[in-house]
Amino acid sequence: MAKMNLLQAINNALIIAMEENDKVMAFGEDVGHFGGVFRATSNLQEKFGKARCFNTPLTEQGIIGFANGLASQGSYPVAEIQFGDYIFPAFDQIVNETAKFRYRSGGQFTCGSLTIRTPYGGGIAGGLYHSQSPEAFFAHAAGIKIVVPRNPYQAKGLLLASIRDDNPVLFMEPKRIYRASVGDVPEDDYTLPLGKAEVLKEGNDITLLAWGAQMEIMEKAAEMADKQGVSSEIIDLRTITPWDAETVAQSVVKTGRLLISHEAPLTGGFAAEIAATIQKKCFLHLESPIERICGLDTPYPLAHEKEYMPDHLKVFEGIMRSVNF
Amino acid sequence: MNTRNHLSDINSVHQVKLIEKGIVDIPMLQILQPDGSVYKGADVPEVSKELAIKMYETMQFIRILDERMVAAQRQGRISFYLASTGEEAAAVASAAALEPQDMIMSQYREQGALAFRGYTTQQFMNQMFSNEQEPNKGRQMPIHYGDKALNFMTISSPLGTQIPQAAGYAYGQKMAGEPAVTICYFGEGAASEGDFHAGLNMAAVLNCPAIFFCRNNGYAISTPAAEQFAGDGIASRGLGYGIKTIRVDGNDALAVFAATKRAREIALEEQCPVLIEAMSYRLAAHSTSDDPSSYRSKEEEAKWADKDPIKRLAGWLAQQGWLDEEANKKELETMRQEVLQELKRVEQVPVCVIDEIITDVYDKPTWNLEEQLTELKQHIAKYPEAYPKTSGRLNHG
Repeated sequence: MAKMNLLQAINNALIIAMEENDKVMAFGEDVGHFGGVFRATSNLQEKFGKARCFNTPLTEQGIIGFANGLASQGSYPVAEIQFGDYIFPAFDQIVNETAKFRYRSGGQFTCGSLTIRTPYGGGIAGGLYHSQSPEAFFAHAAGIKIVVPRNPYQAKGLLLASIRDDNPVLFMEPKRIYRASVGDVPEDDYTLPLGKAEVLKEGNDITLLAWGAQMEIMEKAAEMADKQGVSSEIIDLRTITPWDAETVAQSVVKTGRLLISHEAPLTGGFAAEIAATIQKKCFLHLESPIERICGLDTPYPLAHEKEYMPDHLKVFEGIMRSVNF
Repeated sequence: MNTRNHLSDINSVHQVKLIEKGIVDIPMLQILQPDGSVYKGADVPEVSKELAIKMYETMQFIRILDERMVAAQRQGRISFYLASTGEEAAAVASAAALEPQDMIMSQYREQGALAFRGYTTQQFMNQMFSNEQEPNKGRQMPIHYGDKALNFMTISSPLGTQIPQAAGYAYGQKMAGEPAVTICYFGEGAASEGDFHAGLNMAAVLNCPAIFFCRNNGYAISTPAAEQFAGDGIASRGLGYGIKTIRVDGNDALAVFAATKRAREIALEEQCPVLIEAMSYRLAAHSTSDDPSSYRSKEEEAKWADKDPIKRLAGWLAQQGWLDEEANKKELETMRQEVLQELKRVEQVPVCVIDEIITDVYDKPTWNLEEQLTELKQHIAKYPEAYPKTSGRLNHG
């Protein structure tokens, strides 16, 4: 065991993956000698050479197009998009190409070995273009998996699983807690399963569901609710697609209530998908409307960041609304 | 990696002087004249009789296939078709200059390259009829071919997306130490997409052994080249990216062959990209959904019909004493018969069973896909007449 922050855990996972398999290559803007603007790829170029860890020209559609080609050839590209906010120039390559590569060729060609890493989320005074959480845009694209870790242990285990998974994975890293989240991480190789949610804390009165940096907000709100005598069951979804409906449904059958929270705007957010599915699967068990505590349906603002964010107070209010319904 | 700094090779001047059109002269390589005789002083590439005949017959096969399948689409037997009439030399002669281990990434008007690789009439038909015998499992529109065994990447509709992919594929070949390159075909319209810029720049900076082959046929659907770009075609852009570039007469099979052969040598030996711009003309409609008479003249088409690449190569073959008119006539008749027979046979082959609707989305169907398939099969079972293609085989082994 070693103490690592989330960035160090990601760096450690990349080193293990690159040591294990010569075909793993890390690239993107400023990823090379500099080690990435957040230092997630520190020392990789020194360790593995310029051919396996390199800078690309500043073109997101180029990075992902290049990565698609490299993956279809049999390499294991780990492409970095500097901020989730800048993934949209590559939207066509991801949605029309990466996601459909296997299906359209009847399984002859795939991008299954591709992993796209990108920092996401707010809370760093990043304004409109250093704060976004774009997961819901990609959740609508059949063929890719979307994974979000909440702490260093998760980040390493889920990233190694993503790199080895035989499907393209969009790996979204909560940048607000890149350095703030520190924990024990095994130095050895290990993976955590994709498509599996994790119950962090058991409870009886309400199910709280979130992912990534939002998990610590949920825990804080649950503590407040606990003082009011409300027992929360907290679930980290971990994989957005394909999501673990079974674990969530089991919990909701037990608690009868569900609150989902994400930083991304409410309308069309992934909470809507979860709410609709759980409503259908658990209709007779629900005792109150499913609560969604999300970002506002606005671009992500700078001066009003605190007001915009679905913080622990808003989540707490949502919990109380639900239990008092 | 590229080690050039941003001030390399820059000279100073001391007067304001803009660089204007005409400073760079990009000529067009031509070896054969329209009647098939060789231009004076032209370097004729080494082509064996066997290879020359194979190129010629492949071009003829594609023309027969195109004519027949346009008709089949008109009769409603297939949903869509896209002919390559007038551009057969560009695809066939370039493919002829490659090795089987080279990856081909194409747009959608390069059926000639696939035929040259050995794709059979039956395979073409299976794809166009979207049946259960085609490798894409009937999921894509006609002409979206792909064949792993022939190193021919499955085609997709979004334009230009294969250009940066080709850079990445070639980089992977280089890293694997394979003696292979990737050729990437696209039209001059697709070259206006951002992915063209992204792909060529990345290939140049990252030293990828890729051949970018642009078919400049004068039109993107109804848009003439004059409304597509103001510069000197596509070739002039290659120079700006630091890419070795050549322009060829796309209706001249020997010029295309010679340029591609050299491009492959350079790409492999120097581990760098090469750009080829093949000038041609789209004698066909853009697709069966298009009618070119509304945007171009019969006179213009007739002018280009005179430059037919098949006639041109035939002229050269005859001058070599390699063309046996009688044998060729027979060969053409055999091709026509085969195309007709396969068309009729393949029409009877069923589409994939409905279970295939959820396979290959991921490596294994996810829970939601399994749920959706179960519901769908129950629905089809309830209304079998509404789903005649699949209802008969719902409970197959």
